Amino acid sequence: MSAYLSVIRLRFINGLQYRTAAIAGLSTQLFFGLIFIMVFVAFYSGTAKTLPMSLSEVVTYVWLQQIFLSLIMLWARDNEIFGLITGGNIAYELCRPVQLYGFWSAKLLAQRLANVVLRCLPITAVVFLLPQPYRMSLPQSWTSFILFLISLLLGLLVVVAISMLIYISVFWTMSPTGSIMMIAVASELLAGMIIPIPLMPEWLQKITFILPFRWTVDFPFRVYSGHIPPAEALWGILIQLFWIAVLAGFGMWCLRTALRKVVIQGG
Amino acid sequence: MTLYFKYLLILFKSQMQYRTSFWLLSFGQFFIPFSVFAGLYFMFERFGDLKGWTFYEVALCYGIVHMAFAISECFVRGFDAFSSLIVNGEFDRLLVRPRGTIVQVLGSKFEFTRFGRMLQGLVILFWALINLPVSWSLVKVITLVLMIAGGVIIFAGIYMLGATLCFWTVQGLEVVNVFTDGGREMAQYPLNIYAKWVTQFFTFIIPFGFVSYMPLMFILDRADGHPVLYMLMPFASVLFLLPCIAIWSIGVRHYRSTGS
Amino acid sequence: MIQLEGISKSFKVAERSAGFKQAAKALFVRKHRTVEALSDISFTINEGEIVGYIGPNGAGKSTTIKVMSGVLVPDRGKCSIMGYNPWKDRAAYVKNIGVVFGQRSQLWWDVPVIDSYELLRDIYKIPRAEYKSNLDMLIDTLDLQSIIHMPVRQLSLGQRMRCEIAASLLHSPKVLFLDEPTIGLDAVSKIAVRQFIKTINEQKGVTVILTTHDMHDIEALANRILMIGKGTLLYDGSLQELRSRFGTQRTITIDFERHGQPVYIAGTEQLSWTPERAVYSFDNEQIQVAQVIAKLSEQVNLLDVSIDTKPIDEIIVQLYKEHQI
Repeated sequence: MSAYLSVIRLRFINGLQYRTAAIAGLSTQLFFGLIFIMVFVAFYSGTAKTLPMSLSEVVTYVWLQQIFLSLIMLWARDNEIFGLITGGNIAYELCRPVQLYGFWSAKLLAQRLANVVLRCLPITAVVFLLPQPYRMSLPQSWTSFILFLISLLLGLLVVVAISMLIYISVFWTMSPTGSIMMIAVASELLAGMIIPIPLMPEWLQKITFILPFRWTVDFPFRVYSGHIPPAEALWGILIQLFWIAVLAGFGMWCLRTALRKVVIQGG
Repeated sequence: MTLYFKYLLILFKSQMQYRTSFWLLSFGQFFIPFSVFAGLYFMFERFGDLKGWTFYEVALCYGIVHMAFAISECFVRGFDAFSSLIVNGEFDRLLVRPRGTIVQVLGSKFEFTRFGRMLQGLVILFWALINLPVSWSLVKVITLVLMIAGGVIIFAGIYMLGATLCFWTVQGLEVVNVFTDGGREMAQYPLNIYAKWVTQFFTFIIPFGFVSYMPLMFILDRADGHPVLYMLMPFASVLFLLPCIAIWSIGVRHYRSTGS
Repeated sequence: MIQLEGISKSFKVAERSAGFKQAAKALFVRKHRTVEALSDISFTINEGEIVGYIGPNGAGKSTTIKVMSGVLVPDRGKCSIMGYNPWKDRAAYVKNIGVVFGQRSQLWWDVPVIDSYELLRDIYKIPRAEYKSNLDMLIDTLDLQSIIHMPVRQLSLGQRMRCEIAASLLHSPKVLFLDEPTIGLDAVSKIAVRQFIKTINEQKGVTVILTTHDMHDIEALANRILMIGKGTLLYDGSLQELRSRFGTQRTITIDFERHGQPVYIAGTEQLSWTPERAVYSFDNEQIQVAQVIAKLSEQVNLLDVSIDTKPIDEIIVQLYKEHQI
């Protein structure tokens, strides 16, 4: 535990040294959020129809994406882990398969959390002060907010579990690029990172409901704005737990198989 | 400029050594922007139009800007990835050679996997062109080509500015992304959908307006004024590039007096 | 041919702080300190010399090389190399110099060496005939025939270094800057590289400036040494001079017919003794080698004699100590 805390602490101190990078990161996120919102604003301004999601809900959704980007994006590369797998030295790093799974997951978690605090949270202050319609809204209610926090953290665990599957698949593909490509290509769209899921056509929405991706982005953020009411949110949390169990369980099993293969073949 | 092509050949040969990763990355480079385009398609399905622009009109704009971006990402990659040249001291090596820094930096890196994105842009472009009721003339075709070329020049200028920043600091470089990726995100839609100050910034300061928006209006028969005027508008991008080159020279001078 | 006068250069270095509080403060205020990398450096090198440029790490060696190769502009001072001002006449000047950085390659990594050479030919605009004759000569003397069609990443370090040096000579430069050229090489490659540098200097009159930490490189190649420490030039002279200033200590090892009793010679210190072999050390300025041998042979029947001088590394260390670097 203390090892992970010192990793986070070290990243912190490191991050603070690079003040230019910190300010740059802040501005970048701000700008991209604004760009996305401006396009939505343009779409919404031209129509009088009733839509599944209001503009202010979409705006809040976009800002939440920016604020928690490090937690939700699937694109991160941990080259150390890739190096271990492709280099074949993994045989020497073994304790027991389950422990390795936990160790790597914790590492990924620590990195994402440290990044969020350093790079993404700072924009929170700014986005509440922007002029309408760009301003971020407060959560629907205290209940919504608490449920949001829970679902966000669970969503993070889902992301990490999916990440772990990507890393583990490299045992078979031996190509980090290839593995990332296979999942990342579709995951952004299916998680609701390009457009919010309620704005998608019905047939696509159905597809996203069977996949785990929406539980990382779409679900927590709509709980925040109350678009998903608390009652439904509780059900959603259960489904998140289900996905975590399934993905992590599958991941651990795959890892065990992969390591056995490595050990038998002699690394 | 034959030197530039010689660099291109040698780096192409280099990258072809890694065939699988090349195809994989190209594949990703095709599908990822495509999923963004899919998002756009769904938005149009739900909303009908975007401030008066139809789907295919926006798709045309989108395709043009993506083509320009992909071409620049491929051929001007040297400036985009310049920070690595500074960090590992390779720029000193360039200074010891009897050639200008610009052609050497351009020749230092090419990203051929971007051809995936180029292909995607091309597909969207053709799809849009097939579905648009535009009466084509030679002037319009030339305008289209110049729009793409002008876009490449603007992106090249932005990369150059970002690279020049590296002479002072290698941190905080992601701000440049605001103008490259961000610029692309904005310019891929017709610029008049945004608030006034945004449109003005992207017309007069970074002249995307002259390269995508105004000639677009002309091609789609939404503009009056002399056709040739619109055809020549993309040359505004050169006006943008020239100060970028001057600033680059200042950067090189600074590097040479403060060391690494 | 190479003339430096009063070259000085200082850098501003940002101070990095440890610990959380300091780091947070650094977010708002940055402290800098000035480092004087070069302070009034002056020397002259004639055409055809091989000069060894030595000094501890951080002394200013690479800074001087950067100034001389036109990469860095100094704060003060004059420099004239072959009539050019390296940093003002950069484009025209660098056509005449070759640079080899020991740890960084100028060749393109994944393609055959010969492809890199051809691109260099285009970069330097070398006339075809000159390129061909240089290339043939380099392939011949550096024995590159078997490796020239292989990609650089498949070469061993020794092979790579030979290709690097060849690459830096394709355009017939008059001055060659070598920055740690033998670092990491095995013994055979080191000797090959040294031999080659000597040949190219003798046959083509190429002036060579060599920075290195390997003193055997210096011994093998350089007739002149420039030593820099903390930005100042501390020594400018020949290797012999250096030796005679510090290297007067000798050790003599003798093998002889079995002699029971230890033998002592006045003016020497006995380091070890067995009935068949003994080692003595003495100061060459106080007693000559010939005298020591003569006195020894009076007492024992000498079978074999070998004399070692103070290793050059130790001489250099002593020089550093003397100048407190």
